[in-house]
Amino acid sequence: MSEPIIELRGVSKRFGPSYDAAARLTRAIAGRLGAPPRNETVRAVDTVSLSIQRGEVVGLVGESGCGKSTIGRMVAGIMPPTEGQILFKGHDIATLSGRDGKSAKLKVQMIFQDPYASLNPRLRVADIVGEAPLTHGLVSRANFDSYLDAQLHRAGLDPSFKRRYPHQFSGGQRQRIGIARALAVQPEFLVCDEAVAALDVSIQAQILNLFMDLRRELDLTYLFISHDLGVVEHLSDRVLIMYLGRIVESARTEEIFNHANHPYTRALLAEVPRIDSRKHRFTAITGEIPSPLNPPAGCHFHPRCPHAMPRCAAEAPTMREIAPGHHSACHLNEVAA
Amino acid sequence: MSATIEVRDLRTHFFTRAGVVKAVDDVSFSVSRGQVLGLVGESGSGKTVTGFSIIGLVDPPGRIAGGSIWYQGKDLAHLSEREMRSLRGNRIAMIFQDPMMTLNPVLRIDTQMIETVLAHSKVSRDEASRRSRDALGMVGIPSPDERLRAYPHQFSGGMRQRVAIAIALLHNPDLLIADEPTTALDVTIQAQILAEVQRLAIEHGTALIWITHDLSVIAGLADQIAVMYAGRVVESGDAAAILDRPLHPYTHGLIGSVPSRNKRGEKLRQIPGMTPNLLSLPPGCAFRMRCARADAACEIEPPAAPHDDGRELRCFHPMDQAA
Repeated sequence: MSEPIIELRGVSKRFGPSYDAAARLTRAIAGRLGAPPRNETVRAVDTVSLSIQRGEVVGLVGESGCGKSTIGRMVAGIMPPTEGQILFKGHDIATLSGRDGKSAKLKVQMIFQDPYASLNPRLRVADIVGEAPLTHGLVSRANFDSYLDAQLHRAGLDPSFKRRYPHQFSGGQRQRIGIARALAVQPEFLVCDEAVAALDVSIQAQILNLFMDLRRELDLTYLFISHDLGVVEHLSDRVLIMYLGRIVESARTEEIFNHANHPYTRALLAEVPRIDSRKHRFTAITGEIPSPLNPPAGCHFHPRCPHAMPRCAAEAPTMREIAPGHHSACHLNEVAA
Repeated sequence: MSATIEVRDLRTHFFTRAGVVKAVDDVSFSVSRGQVLGLVGESGSGKTVTGFSIIGLVDPPGRIAGGSIWYQGKDLAHLSEREMRSLRGNRIAMIFQDPMMTLNPVLRIDTQMIETVLAHSKVSRDEASRRSRDALGMVGIPSPDERLRAYPHQFSGGMRQRVAIAIALLHNPDLLIADEPTTALDVTIQAQILAEVQRLAIEHGTALIWITHDLSVIAGLADQIAVMYAGRVVESGDAAAILDRPLHPYTHGLIGSVPSRNKRGEKLRQIPGMTPNLLSLPPGCAFRMRCARADAACEIEPPAAPHDDGRELRCFHPMDQAA
């Protein structure tokens, strides 16, 4: 197999309060008096390892708070991991510096969920899209106009709109501006974080088609983060399922949708509303998504899992290959074996 | 069986400085006891304003400019505010997309629920508190006695929506209008809410209007569907019939663009163009600019006409005719 374009090795991200001297002192005194220190650290991402091959579209699925956006942000270099390494073409992006670091960062770009919040309302489209390539010397002043027009055109925008401001565009068009901005620095890897979630169904189809066209045209690799299994199924080659900071299952798309292994994946698939369904009684897995501040011990899913056994509460299952290319983290697989 | 609510030729217009926005223009439908109507449309299609019109929450510069909303022999469109208040939250209730918007963040849940009970029933405070607790239990909130004393921020999104539903159901309303109540929720939580609401509709005979842009949710929930586009219902009728065989080109396009309806990795069938600006609608069919079947005939507004299988359609060139 060729070298992966992106590889995560044991990556964790913790968010916690930073304590000033007074807070540290109070905590120390409280500790002396026998009060257990309160856990205020969120393990948003918990030792995640994954690799993405060039040209692949990998869908990352999970419910809110499971850490999927945090992974996206770390991959895009917006946020450093607390532990572990993120490798771009075999080089740890944290240790790259100077010119190499810059170019590695430019090669990974991100497209955001909210086309309203992710564009500077006080910049014209020409500046939003054109600023980065100009700054990084990807285009000369002389060729700037034609370069910009080509970028806008590729994202399906009329280049004559380039003097306009974001508020003059609809949601779908704004998302195209966001796409043009990401592609203007000639990336090889795109992180799409819920990139179509805020759009109407008919506009969503247009943007998804654009993503597929661009992939072929520019040989792009995608990490496609979404809670919408329908969108992920349509677009992805491979799917990763996350629950509370951990990846619980990973397999090729058909495999996941036809032979889901992990009880969480199966529950998730069972509850996705399908347009092919007709009026029926809804049933639901019980329980809430636990707080990542205080996740359940062992397998995070065990309090909601219909197949939980005593071991699930004690010991976190590890990812095992259960079929070629199909990994799942569930103790049930060892019982069966 | 007579309908719980019957909306006839409803027109809700907003009289803005830039012009008249016909947010709801000639909309008719009815919902019977225990039935679920899915009101489907994209943003700006007028589905929420339709809901607001029924429950009398249209704010100026908007007002109901024509038509009628029949509920138990009364026309809600012409009811006094005092009479509307006695119905709203009592016989007709609404739940919204964002439960944080419906709950007062500085009042405890019990305060808000008891207030709602006392607004419409002459009962003691203790009785009101008991009813509130039962309502919380009914929508699947564990340990309702303790949760009554909590504030909205102490609930998760799904639990907050349950509280909003519990409040809406305190008086066993005849009609519940649900405006995208699960859009902000996760899949597993959405399924829980759908299961609760469905059970309540079946057990109490509540008529339900479910407003959404998500056809997949509607497919499993609705008996009837009304598809809105630019303020008008373009197709309405039996849910299964419309989903199996959409006749309006817009409905057809909308269903076709759902990813699971397309072969994986292939291009999605898309509707070209974008939703029109209601201030500058072209004359005739509002969809004709995006429609492959449109011709000169479409420059005249197509009337809502009954079709063979009992559905109503606003189209001169439905999908069952050769283009």
